[in-house]
Amino acid sequence: MSRKLLLAKDHVPGIRSYDVYRANGGYASVEKALKTMSPEAVTEEVKKSGLRGRGGAGFPTGMKWSFLAKPEGVPRYLVCNADESEPGTFKDRYLMERIPHLLVEGMITSSFALGANTSFIYIRGEYFYVSRILEQAIAEAYANGWLGKNILGSGYDLDLYVQVGAGAYICGEETALLESLEGKRGNPRIKPPFPAVEGLYRCPTVVNNVETIAAVVPIVNDGGEAYAAIGIGRSTGTKLISASGNINKPGVYEIELGLPVEEFLFSDEYCGGIANGKRLKACVPGGSSVPILPEYLVCKTATGDDRLMTYESLSDGGFATGSMLGSGGFIVYDENQCVVRNTWNFSRFYRHESCGQCSPCREGTGWMETVLRRLEKGMGNLDDIDLLVGVAKKIEGNTICPLGDAAAWPVAAAIRHFRHEFEYHVLHAEKVKDPKHGHKEPIMPVKPAPVVA
Amino acid sequence: MSNEQGVKKFDPEKRKTIRFSEPALESIQKIIQRYPAGKQKSAMLPVLHIAQAESDGWLSPEVLDYVAEILGLLPVEVYEVASFYSMYNLKPVGKCVLEVCQTSSCWTRGAEDVVEYIGKKLNIKAGETTSDGMFTLKTVECLGSCGTAPMLQCGAEYHENLTEERIDNLIERYRKEDRRRNYTDLDFVNSN
Ligand SMILES: Cc1cc2nc3c(=O)[nH]c(=O)nc-3n(C[C@H](O)[C@H](O)[C@H](O)COP(=O)(O)O)c2cc1C
Ligand code: SF4
Ligand code: FES
Repeated sequence: MSRKLLLAKDHVPGIRSYDVYRANGGYASVEKALKTMSPEAVTEEVKKSGLRGRGGAGFPTGMKWSFLAKPEGVPRYLVCNADESEPGTFKDRYLMERIPHLLVEGMITSSFALGANTSFIYIRGEYFYVSRILEQAIAEAYANGWLGKNILGSGYDLDLYVQVGAGAYICGEETALLESLEGKRGNPRIKPPFPAVEGLYRCPTVVNNVETIAAVVPIVNDGGEAYAAIGIGRSTGTKLISASGNINKPGVYEIELGLPVEEFLFSDEYCGGIANGKRLKACVPGGSSVPILPEYLVCKTATGDDRLMTYESLSDGGFATGSMLGSGGFIVYDENQCVVRNTWNFSRFYRHESCGQCSPCREGTGWMETVLRRLEKGMGNLDDIDLLVGVAKKIEGNTICPLGDAAAWPVAAAIRHFRHEFEYHVLHAEKVKDPKHGHKEPIMPVKPAPVVA
Repeated sequence: MSNEQGVKKFDPEKRKTIRFSEPALESIQKIIQRYPAGKQKSAMLPVLHIAQAESDGWLSPEVLDYVAEILGLLPVEVYEVASFYSMYNLKPVGKCVLEVCQTSSCWTRGAEDVVEYIGKKLNIKAGETTSDGMFTLKTVECLGSCGTAPMLQCGAEYHENLTEERIDNLIERYRKEDRRRNYTDLDFVNSN
């Protein structure tokens, strides 16, 4: 069994309530930080832990915190990113719904470290009922003296609020989130200035993912070094993985970073293998924005090493043969799933979610979706495949925010590894007109012949 | 940009008749208190959710104008936000909006069959409302419930691991209870 830091108490009945949470050691990190540590010392532990942002980008959290500008007399803010809209990702919802006090506790300890006296949890609007659970937990925390004025007699004040969004994936991008929290459309800002200098209300702001903030609790309780002792290399600690698709046991799993992908995918402790005795065809290991891997690159890297659940191993081989850990949204496809249809599905998502500010993204996502739909319906031609590659290239790196890249990468990766399946959609147009054609005649990925030097 | 519905025409006579309930106005004042002085625009999204729940599930130009007045903003500041976010309806909808996720993980587990089944059962297509105004069927993108696919959302409620039987039951229950479902409903929290 893998060590659990965030979900260790997940099985305890009633852990959603304050009394049970507290009786199980809850709020110890707030006591420790406020009574025995300076804000700088808390930040130091987070640095030592090697914790990297769990929202997708993997930026070292301690370093992000130390970039926060601290001009005299200007308020600073901590904003928790609970927008969780990356397809395939549902870990933050699980954590907030089941152990809401863990996030509240993390917010208090982290706000103390950053010197923020007002903090927000921005949660996607669809999670409205989860926002109620959080508000209930926050009210309990106020009632028990963990929030408000002069917490634990330390002289530190903190108010914590939940803000609901209203349906827009782009508001997960941190500057769009801040715009939205200011009551505007979710248009990402041009950076710099970064939020650490000019964030919410143009004041210095840290934006962190739910899981990142929750991880601060065990880091402060047990020390940064104990956290860093888990994992491999620069992938320290544990990670929540949202597992979905054609597997026997979809769900949220807390793993120690470094777990072999093969074990995660096939052992009964985690995904339990491919459902209905089917064959594995492909896997998107880190949410819809990361490159898809064909079956032969899921459990092994191109050089034949075991693929591990770490930032480094999942991206081993770069985009040619690797992918990314991303948000930990692990989506599995069996032999019956059509990669062209799935790529179209993702491109429809990005077209819908583009905020429309930059032309390469606005026009490019629309164009890719149109061409992919045409191919998927058996109405495309062979030139369409290279056309897609060309459009994806023109978007990449030419936009204000990374949504453009996130839309382009999955298309480029699908064509890189599954070109024959795209060609099949042109050459066997009659067959693919049936949206369930993959169930009749599975198309498996073809491993390229090794290049002999 | 998620909301492509277009805004309806403004009716000054209708505007004069609009007023939210006292509890709604009270919660709005509480929400405004969260933000620093002068930053009441931050209340926009939560207030629009309340406005929608107060206005039969959709935001007419008159309601948006009223929200602008409450928040001390220009009407255009409210219009441009309401039209950006996909959870705000700018046209009338049924009492129960069935929002079926169509994104990848749900799609691999039969989301398309769910839409087809509900469509046949209610005799409507995605985007349409039943003639009795009870149900609207909508396809939406990932709702963070991919591990319990296929799924749909109706108001605050998540319905997961859908089967035909579960769909039958929930539609029957909604028909029987015959009330509007809002995102802001509270009852789902404790039943869950
Ligand atoms: C289009 C887009 C969507 C994003 N969605 C989320 C999200 O839902 N949740 C999240 O935590 N980060 C999301 N991010 C990443 C955030 O911009 C930001 O990097 C993150 O919240 C920082 O927190 P972390 O360092 O703790 O990961 C998204 C980024 C982009 C470009
Ligand atoms: S890349 Fe797309 S989503 Fe991001 S700012 Fe530009 S148009 Fe908006
Ligand atoms: S793909 Fe349907 S809830 Fe995520």
